[in-house]
Amino acid sequence: MNIYVKIAYTFLGLMIVLNWGMLMRVTFRKIGARMAGRHGVPFRQPWIDLIKNIAVRTTLTHGVMFYLGPVFRFSGAVGLFLFMPILFGKEAWMNFSFEGDLVLILYFQLFGMLGMALGAGEGGQPHSAIGISRGLAQHAAVELPMTMGIIALAIQYQTLSISEIVAAQQGGFLHWSFFTNPVASAAIMLSALGAFGYSPFNLVKAPNEIPIGPPTEYHGTYLGVLMTSGNILGVMETILFMNLVFGGATNWFELIIKSFLIYFYAVFVGMVFPRFRIEQSVAWFFKIPLLLGFIAILMYSF
Amino acid sequence: MSELNINSKVQEMLERSEQNAKNSEKTFVRPEDEVREVVAPDGSIIKINPLYDYFSGERPKEEKPKNAIVEKFLNWARSESIWVLGFGTGCGSIEIPPLVTPRYDMFRFGVQMRPTPRQSNAFIISGYLSVKTLKRVIRSYEQMPSPKYVIALGSCTINGGMYYDSYSTINRLDKYIPVDVYIAGCMPRPEALLAGFGKLKELIKEGKAEKANEYARNFDEYKANQKKIIKDWNMPDYNW
Repeated sequence: MNIYVKIAYTFLGLMIVLNWGMLMRVTFRKIGARMAGRHGVPFRQPWIDLIKNIAVRTTLTHGVMFYLGPVFRFSGAVGLFLFMPILFGKEAWMNFSFEGDLVLILYFQLFGMLGMALGAGEGGQPHSAIGISRGLAQHAAVELPMTMGIIALAIQYQTLSISEIVAAQQGGFLHWSFFTNPVASAAIMLSALGAFGYSPFNLVKAPNEIPIGPPTEYHGTYLGVLMTSGNILGVMETILFMNLVFGGATNWFELIIKSFLIYFYAVFVGMVFPRFRIEQSVAWFFKIPLLLGFIAILMYSF
Repeated sequence: MSELNINSKVQEMLERSEQNAKNSEKTFVRPEDEVREVVAPDGSIIKINPLYDYFSGERPKEEKPKNAIVEKFLNWARSESIWVLGFGTGCGSIEIPPLVTPRYDMFRFGVQMRPTPRQSNAFIISGYLSVKTLKRVIRSYEQMPSPKYVIALGSCTINGGMYYDSYSTINRLDKYIPVDVYIAGCMPRPEALLAGFGKLKELIKEGKAEKANEYARNFDEYKANQKKIIKDWNMPDYNW
């Protein structure tokens, strides 16, 4: 495929993913509101919030890293998009996926977080610093079982390429890793709860905790960029888990159904369970998900 | 610089600060916020002014709307996405929590709560405002990015209400910060607050909610009023 056509498809895909992320999040806000007996925000709200944030007139800075924080976060989200095969078997939507992209994807998950930590740290707001230390502590606890589960899948399929993992799962739902390797899938999906950042594990960014977390000092366009990358990240995480555990997608309809249901799983758990303190959530990830990750690796090592 | 020199310099500075403490008049600047010289880790001596190093002492600038058509669209977006600073300033703040309950549900009008002044653009002054709180209100208001709006809730913000002769509360809010919408009553019901949000939306859509610029224009006047009432003014004139 011509590289210009490829770039055009990449931009189109990014726009689709961004808008799908916004629509998905506002749908879940609506579902949450209906559960509480409210009507909730209108469906257009995320787009209006984005325009409003870009239209804020005052912008102040605390230094170069403060600018770069949201940029890093955005690059993390876009990087996750660039190297992830979105639709299996469609050349245009395989993006820039290559052999060994699994390692890069795992790195990009952390990249945005670290950039954000540097940027928010320069903001000088103590709440940001508290949010960062909480966020990184929780992220370390999430990454460990998730990486173990993913490595178990890599051992099972003998590849580090996401598209090959997806290819190995084709041919009916019984071929999904969810059924062929339930232990690794459980480790991945339990730690996925922490990656999505919904209720039991949302202490880092919850607005009604004393600090709102790392973005306390971010406003206007900075916040717009953060919101945009947050929406892209949300969808890309669901697509990652879809590719690894639920057999990927071969068309947009399948992608939308699967990503919605995976996101719904995180939201559903969030609606049911109250928020953990940070030491509780770290301890939780180090118990069952980590144990499952160990067992998953041991199963395929012998 | 040798160690001996630093020690003598530190000794000299200590003596000077002790002398200053004896001689100077009573100020409300805390000792750790005073202008002073400090020894940096590399041995150099630098002068610091904590009040201006922590905050910016720059005056606010007027930020005029630019293109009429674009501004109309942006004003529509601003009116449909009002982010309220969650800061209970007076007894009226008890009327705000019902707005997020099923009965009133302000989210359907695009009104949401934000926990930090940096991200919010509407400030609800909920009822009486004590002098001590006024200082925090001014700081929070100045930290909000423009365009920003103020909703004054309850009669206390109009003429002092039942606290009109109290020694510790202010009577008229708009002498200290510009107010966009008044919601009269003691206390107004949550329905009145929703009507107030409706009024604010109309003002924003018409392009009349430019009070942040008014604050910048009449900055000296507002500051004079604020300093008249706040005696322990230990902050820069404009802190954002």
